[in-house]
Amino acid sequence: MIRSHPELRRSVQDPAWVRGGAIALVLLFLGLVLFMPLIAVFREALRKGADAYWAALRNPETLDAVRLTLLAALLAVIFNAVFGLMASWAIAKFRFPGRHILISLIDLPFAVSPVVSGLVYVLLFGAQGVLGPWLQAHGFRIIFAVPGIVLATVFVTFPFIARELIPLMEAQGTDEEESAVVLGANGWQTFWRVTLPNIKWGLLYGIILCNARAMGEFGAVSVVSGHIRGQTTTVPLQVEMLYNEYNFVAAFAVASMLAILALITLVLKSVVEWCAKRKGMVAG
Amino acid sequence: MNIEVRNIEKRYGSFTALGDVSHVFESGKLSALLGPSGSGKTTLLRIIAGLENADQGQVLFGCEDASHRHARYRGVGFVFQHYALFRHMTVFENIAFGLRVKARSQRPSRSEIRKKVERLLKLVQLDWLGGRMPSELPGGQRQRVALARALAVEPRLLLLDEPFGALDANVRSELRQWLRRLHDEIHVTSIFVTHDVEEALEVSDQVVVMNAGKIEQSGSPDEVYDHPASPFVYRFLGHANIFQVAGGSSLYVRPHDFDVFGEHFPGAIAAQVLGCRSVGAIGRIDLQPNNGGDPLQVETDKNSMRSMQVVEGKTLYIRPRASKQYTAAAEI
Repeated sequence: MIRSHPELRRSVQDPAWVRGGAIALVLLFLGLVLFMPLIAVFREALRKGADAYWAALRNPETLDAVRLTLLAALLAVIFNAVFGLMASWAIAKFRFPGRHILISLIDLPFAVSPVVSGLVYVLLFGAQGVLGPWLQAHGFRIIFAVPGIVLATVFVTFPFIARELIPLMEAQGTDEEESAVVLGANGWQTFWRVTLPNIKWGLLYGIILCNARAMGEFGAVSVVSGHIRGQTTTVPLQVEMLYNEYNFVAAFAVASMLAILALITLVLKSVVEWCAKRKGMVAG
Repeated sequence: MNIEVRNIEKRYGSFTALGDVSHVFESGKLSALLGPSGSGKTTLLRIIAGLENADQGQVLFGCEDASHRHARYRGVGFVFQHYALFRHMTVFENIAFGLRVKARSQRPSRSEIRKKVERLLKLVQLDWLGGRMPSELPGGQRQRVALARALAVEPRLLLLDEPFGALDANVRSELRQWLRRLHDEIHVTSIFVTHDVEEALEVSDQVVVMNAGKIEQSGSPDEVYDHPASPFVYRFLGHANIFQVAGGSSLYVRPHDFDVFGEHFPGAIAAQVLGCRSVGAIGRIDLQPNNGGDPLQVETDKNSMRSMQVVEGKTLYIRPRASKQYTAAAEI
């Protein structure tokens, strides 16, 4: 009530110059660090014309990098969606010893530098690593190969879906699941008919973020990749290699793909947020 | 089918939620589990439903020991305080849920489900709302949908956990009268949890008063109200004026069990008015007895309060009409 009263409202708001100044400062900052670089990417990519741009994108090595990135992102999303669902289900709906440790562990990839996570995999699975000799003897290649890239991507994008779902599921509580069980539903029916529909927007939101991060991951993947052209190069690594070869047009052309991906992600994210809000199915 | 709980015990860490609780809920009756929060009433209800496991004791459905039967197979209907409707399903789908999840061999056909849901919607007087989403309905209607959903599976037993607790006062009294009539119509054995004394006395056939994980008293609403078995029950059911009498025991008198006189009257005690106010048709007077006892609360009707010209500081004469005596040992 108080908030809707115009005079009271004016009395608790800051003066116009403070508001205007703050907004202008934010816009200036955004323009400088976000918008101008974005423009620069496209300008550099198109500097030698559209033909050069398309040629750079159609390069077979670039296409291989795109394929590998798509594969790694797909596997990361699938794995983390399944794991994220299970973890948030367990954390939100049950009380058990070690629950808080599990929550902290899920956050670990956010806290650790990606380069370090990559190095951990090298130490574990590399030729000099703990499991390296055994893996080599049985013909498995993980480091400097596709499995290593997938593993590193999965690790780095681990928290996105679980972090999205835990607060949502905690807010929804267990009443609906209990209702379903008392009405005769088994565990599977309860999950598919009650739990999953209630969290679908949150899940989708998490998947979008997870996917964006998986496709853009550089640090951890760079350590385990070995940069073998056409085999273990993802799109971000391809950008780096082209840039280091002074092939600026191609580097920026490939980078522009990542920029477009970012823009698509932003749009999707907003759409999902809007849908979730409309259905009242988002936490907080 | 009688529902019996036998020597039920439940602990959460060092807290005893239920300590050796035994009771028989009679077939076809509407029973109220009444008690303050933390008395264990909801825990007992959830144990009967199978949503919670007792540490010890048995739950019997008729002659069958249901203690280890999964909630899914107990055949009970459960209504939650906050409705717990499936938020992404329409009202129709909510009610149909229990029928749709049945194993294929027992599942009714689509047209049978439709007929049954429509019949239930009519029973709860919401037959025009089948296509709505739960979020579009006010609380009272949501709770009726929840009840229809629980009844769809033809439960042997209906359990309601503070079913009117989240509703506005007037919707609440309307809905509880409606529940009473519905129960008279369908006669399914029902147990509902409440902390509202008026609700328990008005709606139920049997009242079970609980306190600190134990059953204090059970009986018909009149039995429990007129003959409270313990000082706790007396105090929980309404305001108590307590007089110390010789021999260490106490006399409990309800505010409405006093005769009030404007002038001296044989056998009445004198008391000074501390304050008075009218609540609807009732006149409520706070008094300080001249003999120095605890302040008293007395209720009379508004008209006689007016005719006696009760004002602060005036001396009135009161005489208990009915009382209940408890020994000191009972009052802990």
